[in-house]
Amino acid sequence: MRHRYRDCVGCLGELMGHEAFQVKELALCTLMKFVELEAQYPLIKIEWKGTLTFPCDLLKVVVDGLLPTHEDASLLISRFQEYMEYDDVRYFVMKAVTASVGQVMQKTKERPLPFYQQNVFSLISPINMPNKESEMVKFMVKQDNREELKLSRLQAHKQVFEKMWLTFLKHKLPTGLYKKVLVILHDSVLPYMNEPTLMMDFLTVAYGIGGAISLLALNGLFILIHQHNLEYPDFYKKLYSLLDPSIYHVKYRARFFHLTDLFLSSSHLPAYLVAAFIKRLSRLALTAPPEALLMIIPFICNLFRRHPACRVLVHRPGGPADMSEDPYVMEEEEPSKSRALESSLWEIQSLQNHYHPDVAKAAAVLNQSLSEMEDDISGLLELSASELFDKEVKKKAVDVPLEFEQVRGLFGKKNDIFAEHFSLD
Amino acid sequence: MGKAAKRKRKVSVPSTAKGPVKSAMAVVKSNPFEVKVNRQKFDILGRKTKNDVGLPGVSRSKAIKKRNQTLLKEYKEREKTNVFKDKRFGEYNTKITPEEKMIRRFALERQQNYGKKNIYNLNEDEELTHYGQSLAEIEKLNDIVDSDSDTEERGTLSAELTAAHFGGGGGLLRKKVSNEQQDEAEEKPKSRKELLEEMIAKSKQEKQERQTRRESALELTEKLDKDWKEIQTLIAHKTPKSERKDKETEKPKPDEYDMIVRELGFEMKAKPSERLKTEEELAKEEQARLQKLEADRLRRMRGIDEEANKKRPSHMSADDLADGFILDKDDRRLLSYKDGKINIENEEEKEEDEGEEEEEEEGEEEDNENEEESQEESASENEEDDAADSHSDLESDLESEEEAAGNKEEKKHKANENESQNVEKSDLKREAAKSELPYTFSVPESYETLKSLLAGRTIEEQLIILERIQKCNHPSLAVGNKAKLEKLFGFLLEYVGELATLDLPELRTIDKLVLPLYNLCQMFPEAASDSIKFILRDAAHDLEEVIEVKGRATYPGLDTLIYLKIVSLLFPTSDFWHPVVTPAFMYMSQLLTKCRVTTLQDVIKGLFICCLFLEYVSLSRRFVPELINFLLGVLHISLPKKKAQGYTVVHPFTPVGKNLELLLVCDKEDLKSWEKQNVPLSIVTRLKETSRTEINHTRLSCLALCFDLIKKCAALYESLPSFHEIMHPVRILLTQHLPSNMDFCCSRTSSEWYHSALKELENRVKHYTPLICEKKKPVPLKQYTPKIVKVLEFGRKQAGSKKEQERKQLIQRHKRELKGAIREIRKDNQYLARMQLSEIMERDSARKRKVKELLGSLATQEGEWKAMKRNKWKN
Repeated sequence: MRHRYRDCVGCLGELMGHEAFQVKELALCTLMKFVELEAQYPLIKIEWKGTLTFPCDLLKVVVDGLLPTHEDASLLISRFQEYMEYDDVRYFVMKAVTASVGQVMQKTKERPLPFYQQNVFSLISPINMPNKESEMVKFMVKQDNREELKLSRLQAHKQVFEKMWLTFLKHKLPTGLYKKVLVILHDSVLPYMNEPTLMMDFLTVAYGIGGAISLLALNGLFILIHQHNLEYPDFYKKLYSLLDPSIYHVKYRARFFHLTDLFLSSSHLPAYLVAAFIKRLSRLALTAPPEALLMIIPFICNLFRRHPACRVLVHRPGGPADMSEDPYVMEEEEPSKSRALESSLWEIQSLQNHYHPDVAKAAAVLNQSLSEMEDDISGLLELSASELFDKEVKKKAVDVPLEFEQVRGLFGKKNDIFAEHFSLD
Repeated sequence: MGKAAKRKRKVSVPSTAKGPVKSAMAVVKSNPFEVKVNRQKFDILGRKTKNDVGLPGVSRSKAIKKRNQTLLKEYKEREKTNVFKDKRFGEYNTKITPEEKMIRRFALERQQNYGKKNIYNLNEDEELTHYGQSLAEIEKLNDIVDSDSDTEERGTLSAELTAAHFGGGGGLLRKKVSNEQQDEAEEKPKSRKELLEEMIAKSKQEKQERQTRRESALELTEKLDKDWKEIQTLIAHKTPKSERKDKETEKPKPDEYDMIVRELGFEMKAKPSERLKTEEELAKEEQARLQKLEADRLRRMRGIDEEANKKRPSHMSADDLADGFILDKDDRRLLSYKDGKINIENEEEKEEDEGEEEEEEEGEEEDNENEEESQEESASENEEDDAADSHSDLESDLESEEEAAGNKEEKKHKANENESQNVEKSDLKREAAKSELPYTFSVPESYETLKSLLAGRTIEEQLIILERIQKCNHPSLAVGNKAKLEKLFGFLLEYVGELATLDLPELRTIDKLVLPLYNLCQMFPEAASDSIKFILRDAAHDLEEVIEVKGRATYPGLDTLIYLKIVSLLFPTSDFWHPVVTPAFMYMSQLLTKCRVTTLQDVIKGLFICCLFLEYVSLSRRFVPELINFLLGVLHISLPKKKAQGYTVVHPFTPVGKNLELLLVCDKEDLKSWEKQNVPLSIVTRLKETSRTEINHTRLSCLALCFDLIKKCAALYESLPSFHEIMHPVRILLTQHLPSNMDFCCSRTSSEWYHSALKELENRVKHYTPLICEKKKPVPLKQYTPKIVKVLEFGRKQAGSKKEQERKQLIQRHKRELKGAIREIRKDNQYLARMQLSEIMERDSARKRKVKELLGSLATQEGEWKAMKRNKWKN
């Protein structure tokens, strides 16, 4: 009988890899039912009262079935999510995943397995950890002596959770997954770890990679620095080097500038550093789209308000009348050597000629001396181009000025650029 | 006259109670004891005072009288329920004169009596009356009277007659007697009715007199006219002097003088004639007009005084001028001559007449129409010539190409087919077809109707049709035309879009259709801007959706690009803010930053948008970061794959990726054989060159375009303070990376482009001056000196807008009314109290009187009784 049962379980485990989703789903449900029943009526005699009667081996079969190495199983995993509501199931799944990741990675010798890692990520990323011990009341298997068991302690859960993530992140991740991990890290992983500082290595490495990944790692790092007293050498220098023309174009612009705003909000920062930031941001703004410009100009204004010492950038009455070169060195990595304080914000002055009326107006603000109140940029961070467009289209005009030059055909204007390069064929 | 009569009446009826109130007022006014003068402290010139003199007595008595009529009545009837209803016709209607009232009443009465009482009584006619008396009776009586008086009174009657006809002393005497009798009659106080009748008679007389006066004036003028005509003939025909002389000799001498006087009087005042303007003056005026428009444009471009200039006239078309009709006229002539076009806008009035004529006389005057037709034809031909001039070499091979295209795709597209067939037809046939065009068109109600109207016509015919639609449905001709023509603009845009999306875009047609679009836009700026905004919004939303769904966008079709181009033709792109242009800017910026460049067509579309950007900002010199980014990206994809150094490309270009080397040309042969030529726009929809060489040539053309754009950008942004920073990446790419791609530079033509761009970049001097903030106005200290406001008009509240002032006025009026009402109510109460008091007093006095009487009677009784007693005693 037991033999047959074991065979059946084996068959079901194989069926988890079937092509048809319905077969997979049924196999999954059956196996989970088995798990539940086996937990209630254990196959082995309980030796003493405190023993755990959860069928870990059976669950291992399920988890292995959920994490195929060569295909995307996100659909099945999302079906499995309902079982993850049970605290005990979650606990043992986390354990099983840790073991599985260890095994698989050992086997493949650190060769990246995108599908496997993707599956693991989609299994573990939605894990919803309880906040308090009292919240842990939903168990699949009712145990009489729950209180004494390890299972019912939040500490234990956290430990398993932490171990699982660390094993998972120990290995090299594909770039897309890297970003996804970093996006959720600060929100759904770090708060549930016993020792968040253990993530430091991972985040530092990520921060060092550069580009979008660095931007995303910034958020996790911020939490570590802010709440866990992490000392990060040359943090601002690194942040400074993160500023390149793409920051105004990437998807995570809002998040990045929110954090940058936080980092630069300290009034104890040296003036040269802030000036370097201002200068670099405005230099980069020369390639930015209008929605980013509308955000960055008030941002720079706020920096001026917080650090009045930087105002020489916009107001230098006694300076040399004529310079042949901008003193600021864009290529310099070290903010202190960039000579930003000797320069002026000609970039913003250029932007006063921007084609978008709002940008031009915002840039013109720096011509006057600034008001005391800081601008609120939280609403501007998420500004998108389509929003800007809608805003413009909805504006009601009293009158519509018209072109007075008589039209002479599509390319008929004088000095028409089109007529030089395009033909109407 | 009227005044005299009044005075007379006043004398004859001295201030009787029944006399008109006015006369009483006049009497009272003259009485110094009745007048109360409100003394003024200061005399202020120009101020009108209403209440400087009051008549308290009069007004009080008036008020009391009024209360007697109203309040007292109410008071007396306060516990009575039955109501007295006066059903007399128009009794209280003061608008009807008593006479009229009488007539109406009479008519009513007649109406009531009308209708036979008995239908069988055929003879029962209504009784005819005269002055309320039955005519039949009068007749009878008259007969009797006549027969009676015949003997007695004939003498007097005849005496009157004789007096009238022959004068005579007796007559005068008699008259006197009768006058005396009349006086006696007048001396009697006249009844109200009599007075009224008198008045009516007077007014009638006056009316008559006025009429006669007018008639006589008319006669006089007629006579004058006649005289004038005679004189005119004299002036006009001076040749037949002999004839005239005869007549003149007949006339007496003074007539000649009169004539001269009249002549002088009637001579037309010297009118300033319109001198024909010389070419120079015309040019000067045109220049002044353009200068004014340009100044306007500059002001809008700076965007400084947006608010201040909101009052500006909304419609600013080409012929909208501040200084009157002369310029207008000139303008019209100028445009129609200079451009060789039929400019509908400027010839509206003329056209209208023509249109009407056309409508009316369509059948009758064929010849006329033909003439006009030929005129129009020649005009359109002129226009064609013009176009040919501007595009010189291109135009000539257009037709042959079109023919070829027609041959190829005859079965593919119906419209195309028709068109090509039409092209193939001989000129004569085309003429015939053109003459078949109807002269009036109704505005198409839907897009389909417009399409069917324009389908199968040549470009010229389409233009003529559109012109005629506009002419026949000019907004001034009928009420609904404006809305119709506004819709037409939208349909036309749609049509243009469809032409652009065709497999073989008919850009030549679009090129011509821009004219009617421009004209319609000038007529209805609001509607035009709305429809273009609508199109832009749709396009932007599509783009956004695609980005949301796919994560990246592709370039839109040629139609959107054409729309963007049309925007630049219809609206001033240099404005600081413009309802249409600013959204267009935003949309183009999105296109350049969001759309992925994957094919050569994408590059061409992107460069097209770059050109648009450059054209949009060519006057305002505004900075467009996207433009530089895109050009840099285009240059980047022309380089062989390697790690880019010294510059960074931004979205949508990537430093590494699969779409690199899109513009890389390796084949030296192709480089050598390449000659600069214009990129045909149809490439955008259909890349037909399949050979490698042709593709390479297109690539090279794109690169050349890119270089030229960079050159233009450099010229445009030269004045920006951070010009070098903006151009830095481009310069690095040009100086360090491109030369390594030696293939490109070895070609003569391509290197020319390259070097010209590079030269433009490097020839700029670096020049930086430190920024200095604008000086802040010092905040003035708070002072306690009174604020002095200039008062322009006394007694009127100054502050506030018109609305606010109106509100204040209303409030004040309400206050005044309230006060008045309260005062009236108070007076009413006083009056009532007085009435009650007087009633009580009356009652008391009556009681007293009665008690006295009683007591008196008792006393007499007592006295009598005592007397009796005394008598008894005595007895």
